[in-house]
Amino acid sequence: MLDDFTTRALLAGLGVALAAGPLGSFVVWRRMAYFGDATSHAAILGVALALAFQLPLTVGVLTVSLAMAMTVSTLAAKGWAMDTTLGVLAHSALAFGLVAISFVPGVRTDLSAYLFGDILVVSRTDLALIWGGAALVLGLLAWRWQALLTATLSEELAHAAGLNPDRERLVLTVALAVVVAVSLKVVGALLIAAMLIIPAAAARAMARSPEAMAVLAVAIGGLSAFAGLQMSFWQDTDAGPSIVASAAVIFALSVLIGQMRKG
Amino acid sequence: MTAPLISADRICVRFGGAEVLHDVSLAVRPAEIVTILGPNGSGKSTLIRALLGMVPLAHGAVARAPGLRLGYVPQKLAVDRTMPMTVRRFLSLPVRVSDAAAAEVLARVGVEGVANRQMAALSGGQFQRVLLARALLSSPQLLILDEPTQGLDQPGEAAFYQLIETVRQDTGAAVLMVSHDLHVVMAASDRVICLNGHVCCEGTPRVVSNAPEYRALFGLGTKGALALYQHDHDHDHHNGHDHDHGHDHAHFHPHRHEHTHAG
Repeated sequence: MLDDFTTRALLAGLGVALAAGPLGSFVVWRRMAYFGDATSHAAILGVALALAFQLPLTVGVLTVSLAMAMTVSTLAAKGWAMDTTLGVLAHSALAFGLVAISFVPGVRTDLSAYLFGDILVVSRTDLALIWGGAALVLGLLAWRWQALLTATLSEELAHAAGLNPDRERLVLTVALAVVVAVSLKVVGALLIAAMLIIPAAAARAMARSPEAMAVLAVAIGGLSAFAGLQMSFWQDTDAGPSIVASAAVIFALSVLIGQMRKG
Repeated sequence: MTAPLISADRICVRFGGAEVLHDVSLAVRPAEIVTILGPNGSGKSTLIRALLGMVPLAHGAVARAPGLRLGYVPQKLAVDRTMPMTVRRFLSLPVRVSDAAAAEVLARVGVEGVANRQMAALSGGQFQRVLLARALLSSPQLLILDEPTQGLDQPGEAAFYQLIETVRQDTGAAVLMVSHDLHVVMAASDRVICLNGHVCCEGTPRVVSNAPEYRALFGLGTKGALALYQHDHDHDHHNGHDHDHGHDHAHFHPHRHEHTHAG
């Protein structure tokens, strides 16, 4: 079954959706959208470094994304003007990554694979990495779920309950770097943040509890992966952008449905 | 005198170069209601945060009774619109509680029947009561409330303080409250600590309202209103509430004020 590249592509998309749903919910609740951008754009720099030093791609991406996520998280905790700082970091990470990659011979032609993903060529090893990473992120979030929700609602409330909001922020930071590393092949650096935010935002209109929102976000992400891949096969569109476009359509529908329910 | 549940010993807190709290000492003993009163920017919330261990102390120490169960009601809690959260779910953060316990505590604070409502759909008064309900679930020995009636109208405010008094009677919990309004709060307190970066004066509501430091801070214009509420307080007292610890006039120490300015 795994011999079929379409099956592998779908499994890769589902794996990303599985981790991106719950994590993306936190990104939405905590208004960390730019945070996701900065971390995922840094992945390109990771690619350049991995190629230059002949390291495994995942190692380079994970290292640089983690470093970026930690930097942003530390700045946020110190109360920097986040909107601007994150904008600067997100775009400079991308720019430096693209400049760095120009120095690595023979990569320029493959660049779009890193920017927009190349889900149709995922190998069994890639699949193992994606599902392993997804399991790690889900495990991490499940373990800290109650504390994460409390700290997201109010750091003071968490503190008074004997929790450490900084530790919970670190959990999210690490999870974000892992998701970026495993999603690079599927949707590409430019659109990873979209896979975090759009399914979770679409789930919001239909959910009454945080748990329902996280589960719905997984379902919507999975459905988007399926629909996007179908479109890619039949219309020969790029798979990564097609998946994100499908998620965006579902988001628009969910907003419409939400409006109609209210009215 | 019984041992304090929580005490601060000559604590100083600095933000950057500015000293927000100078040489503040206080103690809260079982079953007493203590109110910290002070104008905006007087360091009230910082004092609470210092007591909760959320800000580093430049000097001094905070001591808690061993195994102290503490319930905290924050000044305000913004439930982000992107986060679906029912009252029932909120009560289970960070410690999950049974449906029966949730229903009981909601009834105790007078908002039975809101369990399935979204937090964002509650009125200001209901919201504060739900916050209080959540804090009560851990059977606290000490309740800490940071301006709990912000955004409530005068009757709502009076009703909330009445509820605090009832909770104290029912559970024997001590209460430490912060307020910047002098009126209703005075009636509900056994002891008032007047704060303006340092402890200006301290004592029963009547002693504090006659203290020159207090008048300097809040002006004399409110004297009539205070007299009215003091009357309420005495009236309550004659109803048979046992406030044996609350009327200790010896706590009044006007010299600290002068001392601070000399240093």
